[in-house]
Amino acid sequence: MSAVAPSGPPDVPGTPVFDGRTSRRGLRMNRMFMSLRTAAARERFSADEAAYCAEFGLSPAQREAVVARDWQAMIDEGGSIFYVYKLALVDGRSMQYLGGVFTGTSEAEFVAAMRAGGHRHG
Amino acid sequence: MAEVVWGLATSHVPSIGAAMDRGKTETPDWRGLFDGYAPAREWLAQHRPDVAVVVYNDHANGIDLDVVPTFAIGTAEHYAVADEGFGRRPVPDVVGDADLSLHLVESLVDEGFDLTVFQELEVDHGLTVPLSVWTPDPGDAWPCPVVPLLVNVIQYPQPTAARCYALGQALGRAIASYPVDAKVAVLGTGGMSHQLAGARAGLINPEFDAMFLEAIEKDPEKLARIPRADYIRDAGSEGIEMIMWLIMRGAMNERVEKVHSHYFVPASNTAAAIALFDNRAPQDA
Repeated sequence: MSAVAPSGPPDVPGTPVFDGRTSRRGLRMNRMFMSLRTAAARERFSADEAAYCAEFGLSPAQREAVVARDWQAMIDEGGSIFYVYKLALVDGRSMQYLGGVFTGTSEAEFVAAMRAGGHRHG
Repeated sequence: MAEVVWGLATSHVPSIGAAMDRGKTETPDWRGLFDGYAPAREWLAQHRPDVAVVVYNDHANGIDLDVVPTFAIGTAEHYAVADEGFGRRPVPDVVGDADLSLHLVESLVDEGFDLTVFQELEVDHGLTVPLSVWTPDPGDAWPCPVVPLLVNVIQYPQPTAARCYALGQALGRAIASYPVDAKVAVLGTGGMSHQLAGARAGLINPEFDAMFLEAIEKDPEKLARIPRADYIRDAGSEGIEMIMWLIMRGAMNERVEKVHSHYFVPASNTAAAIALFDNRAPQDA
């Protein structure tokens, strides 16, 4: 019987793949993001963001990324975009705003690019 | 015995639901998408099933990352609509069909698909937006009970496309062996090409999407052979959720009749599509 090791997540430039290792790194931060679904949690978070992050056991780098709204750093530190989006909602930000952040454009420019057919593959 | 009567593939982008909830379906940004739904909705209104299986994924609302089931099924009598952080959608809660769920669990486990079982589950836009695409004005209740079938498409490694297709085929057999005279609909949700994070955010690949839309009807085995990495590369890190369409398609007959399909860019950051198939097309002898 031959044993074939799995290939691991693909390396596609410009494409963060949320894999098991990333999820290990981001577990506590993603839990914190998910907690923000309730108004009571959002109020507690907004009252003292750093303390709220500490409650969930975020690393210093994760906490700094959250407090500074460094969206790219949140992804780098193990955030899943669907979880990170919960924080964007707290700020009244849209997924198009985040798309602009990740591509170095404004929200308006990102929306215009999507209406023009999106970022073409290839 | 139960029978799969139709299959519907549709994107489940949350902003599609939001556009409906906020009365924006006639605005210039959205009219093209919703006009494309109209022929499917008319046909669906004439073909109401007794129960629907909705294949979808959760987005940090009903389940978290503490437990990441590759495939899971709800077995409840009732599924509340989740508040995703901006107030729950003004749509009815979802009525389940525990008898069918439990039949599917046993049948699928016997076939080697060891599903995780959710005895309680809040359902998010991944499930409710497809129901709204089908039924824009549900009133007090959706057209029929629903069995949620969940797929991990968020955390790598997602199940392979081949495994999704095989699960769909087993689902079709499980439905056919259900000893109740019931018309069953199957919905496969998500897609089409899109990527939400990274320098490729905003990716749309209309060529891949067109190929997929054609093949989901006529040659789903071709799609089942596409490796996971190719889905991520060609359809985007979130576009891989199109593998959920293959579960729907696998549950249907080899030959299906396309009732309607429509492709639209953009639904917020996503290429969106609808494809409706009648499972009562004549089969080769």
